[in-house]
Amino acid sequence: MTVTVSFVLNGEDVSVDVEPRTLLVEALRDRLRRTGTHVGCDTSQCGACVVHVDGRSVKSCSMLAVQAEGAEVVTIEGLAKGGRLHPMQEAFREHHGLQCGFCTPGMIMSALDLVSQNPDPDENQIRHWLEGNLCRCTGYQNIVRAIKAGAQAMRSA
Amino acid sequence: MANDSKFTNQKFKLVGTRVMRPDGVDKVTGRARYGADASAPGQLVGAILRSPHAHATIRKIDTQKAEKLKGVKAVITSADLPDFTGGEGELYNVLENCMARGRALYDGHAVAAVAAVDAETARRALKLIKVDYKVLPHVTDVDLAIKPGAPVVQPGVKTKDKKAAPTNVANVTTYGHGDVEAGFGKADVIIEKSYKTEQVHQGYIEPHACLASVGPDGHGELWVTTQGPFAYRNWCATLLGMEMSQLKVTSSEIGGGFGGKTHVWIEPIALALSRKANRPVKLVMSREEVFRASGPTSPTSIDVRLGATRDGRIVAADAAMRYGNGAFPGIWGEVGAMAAWACYDIENVRSVGYEVLLNRPKVAAYRAPSAPMAAFAVESTVTLMAEALGMDPVEFRLKNAAREGTRASYGPTYGPIGIVPTLEAVKKHPHMRARLGKNQGRGVACGFWFNFGGQTCADLIIDVDGTVGLSVGTVDVGGARASLSLIAAEELGIPYEEVRCNIADTASLGHNDMTDGSRGTFSSGMATIFAARDAIEQLRVRAAKAWGIDVKNVSWKDGKAIAKGKRKSLTLKEIAEASPNTGGPISGHSQVVADGAGVSFASHICDVEVDPETGGTKVVRYTVVQDAGKAVHPDYVEGQFQGGAAQGIGWALNEEYVYGKDGRLQNPGFLDYRIPVCSDLPFIDTQILEIPNPNHPYGIRGVGETSIVPPLAAIANAVSDAAGVRMTHVPMSPPRVLAAIKASRAEKAPTG
Ligand code: FES
Ligand code: FES
Repeated sequence: MTVTVSFVLNGEDVSVDVEPRTLLVEALRDRLRRTGTHVGCDTSQCGACVVHVDGRSVKSCSMLAVQAEGAEVVTIEGLAKGGRLHPMQEAFREHHGLQCGFCTPGMIMSALDLVSQNPDPDENQIRHWLEGNLCRCTGYQNIVRAIKAGAQAMRSA
Repeated sequence: MANDSKFTNQKFKLVGTRVMRPDGVDKVTGRARYGADASAPGQLVGAILRSPHAHATIRKIDTQKAEKLKGVKAVITSADLPDFTGGEGELYNVLENCMARGRALYDGHAVAAVAAVDAETARRALKLIKVDYKVLPHVTDVDLAIKPGAPVVQPGVKTKDKKAAPTNVANVTTYGHGDVEAGFGKADVIIEKSYKTEQVHQGYIEPHACLASVGPDGHGELWVTTQGPFAYRNWCATLLGMEMSQLKVTSSEIGGGFGGKTHVWIEPIALALSRKANRPVKLVMSREEVFRASGPTSPTSIDVRLGATRDGRIVAADAAMRYGNGAFPGIWGEVGAMAAWACYDIENVRSVGYEVLLNRPKVAAYRAPSAPMAAFAVESTVTLMAEALGMDPVEFRLKNAAREGTRASYGPTYGPIGIVPTLEAVKKHPHMRARLGKNQGRGVACGFWFNFGGQTCADLIIDVDGTVGLSVGTVDVGGARASLSLIAAEELGIPYEEVRCNIADTASLGHNDMTDGSRGTFSSGMATIFAARDAIEQLRVRAAKAWGIDVKNVSWKDGKAIAKGKRKSLTLKEIAEASPNTGGPISGHSQVVADGAGVSFASHICDVEVDPETGGTKVVRYTVVQDAGKAVHPDYVEGQFQGGAAQGIGWALNEEYVYGKDGRLQNPGFLDYRIPVCSDLPFIDTQILEIPNPNHPYGIRGVGETSIVPPLAAIANAVSDAAGVRMTHVPMSPPRVLAAIKASRAEKAPTG
């Protein structure tokens, strides 16, 4: 039995047939082919799958696709506008906030939620906010640096 | 000149600058495609059934019901993977590890697999497969496995001769020189200590994933997250009975590997499913499968004996090192034995490595494999000795450190090396003078890694617009494309932005060994230099032709061909534009066995704070000092230093495979297997030293692995300093630290 779920994805209306138990991340990756949202675990720990639902960061592996009905969903693919990177994307690139890059989409989506609530987070606030986003490559150093720089760029934008 | 790998001490214009990586935009926008991100028309979804038992005979597998389920297109067992390996040796072990052959050797061992139209159907099919197991006694602990009467993991394994009784010790190797017992006879102080480390996983965030497609003509393609597309191609082709050229392997972007993606796990299964179903098959491991069935590193148990004279000279050293190999024999104890004493100049030295078989997953490489555990035991004992002699631990290390000309305990004589400079840098570092707070302690430790070179091939093409395409066969695990582009631009004398580095598939470039042993920038860097010089030869020939002079009279400088004695020059771009009419495409090629990877040393400083009530430990300050030979891109070198230290901190304090009495892994997920999160870690300070490797034109040494070697010991030394008790068991989790504190209090308390 499938159900049709409709929502706005990166500014576009989409409808997709899913099983009632299909996760949002499965719908995004397997059905809508937005593979920038990654899957790193089965227990909602790693944060590689973070997207925005109605403006807040959500682990898309911990939400059913049907729960997104009518919502505004933004994935990493929806950030760059008019061929220009979002300042937070630019900051990750410029400050080497990634090594393998697998955690990066989730990190950026998560960081944006932090900055929307706290436009000028300090290092400690960033480090605690990121507890739900695992990175195995960087030791987080440059991620923290990138988020600070990204927040700064967003403030002055 | 073209292929001379000697260090020349040239002045660099680009190498050493912090340029932006070419793949950065793809990775911050979600365009980069990793292992699970590819799809093919008509693709099926694969899934694997795994043994719930640590050790069992498989009497029968009934797949009939699963085969009949609507949507199931193939079900395979080991019967679908006939043996093309000759029935023994490493490749046979790989085959049996990928799919159990009549016996399950660990919890999580694959026993059957299905391919179905969707994931849901595949999952349901797995439930319909009936496996008849006869459960056997198992062993998962290194020390128990070598006791007489322990369950035997591999009845075919005999350490000595064919007539000996089977044992769990698959091999014993000894390294060292001098007369160890005589050395101990000369010692004023002897310290003996035993250590234990638990098994940890590489923990790359991207699970193993691939897309396999085998056609009816027997030709195949594999898209896969891997550190070694050529090795994967060779193994998979052999295991499936294909010719190597019939299989094309393309490496996806790789979401971390750290050694864990130098071994095949699901890939032969995906290919076998595809062959049987005659459709492409996508196979992705869950995180639980990654933990249960893809390679963790060894658990170890190590005894160390160290003897020194009163004046602070080590006169004898000995180590017995038992490394768990999982269910199949490997070389992990041997590598540990080779690395153990490499930092020191010791007259009488020995290390013995034991390969111990366990009912655990087949052990895989993990960043400087085997060296961190060896360093934990050795460097803890070295600090204990310094304390016993009343010497400063850094001075004591300096006094005994290996230098140029020292004969290493594992055989070779060192060229110029960095251990003394890293220790000198530690001594001068402000971190060493910073005041410690209450319940805080400081530790120092050294680390060593061999570094690899190996077979390497690169192609460099000059396009007609004067831009350059570089193809390499090592993968980009953390900025290699930037480093290699910098090197090509440096050689050719053109801007960095005009080089585009591409990771080639196995059909497009000659063989490249695995991207391991910190060899990526060292060996592909060398091949890139040679390929660029080969292209420059061509460019000079074309310029000479244009001028009608002998090529001998044309030199190459700053991106230009220059005619001798005349004020004439042609830029690379001008030559490239004219190339269709001067002899056709211009390209450079290089194939080398990159020998002479310079060994690498690091010294780390660590401050911790221990809560004496809970046993909880927090790293409050951390400094890495390491020799890079030449840092091609300093940001990525620092990134490697920090990343390795972070993994070491997790290993030292938290990470641990926990097996139950039933032999099942109890924590196969990030919830209970806790890797460091951002708030667990301090600022990790780095200092790059550059002691050129004489065997590389730019002086490059590998940098990726050594940073994970000292942390276990540095942290143990710091915790012991803070808590006043010597920690001998890693991870130093709160219960272990608390127990050690309590035991030492009880010992110190007056009796009665
Ligand atoms: S995939 Fe790991 S938290 Fe969602
Ligand atoms: S950059 Fe690799 S997991 Fe974060």
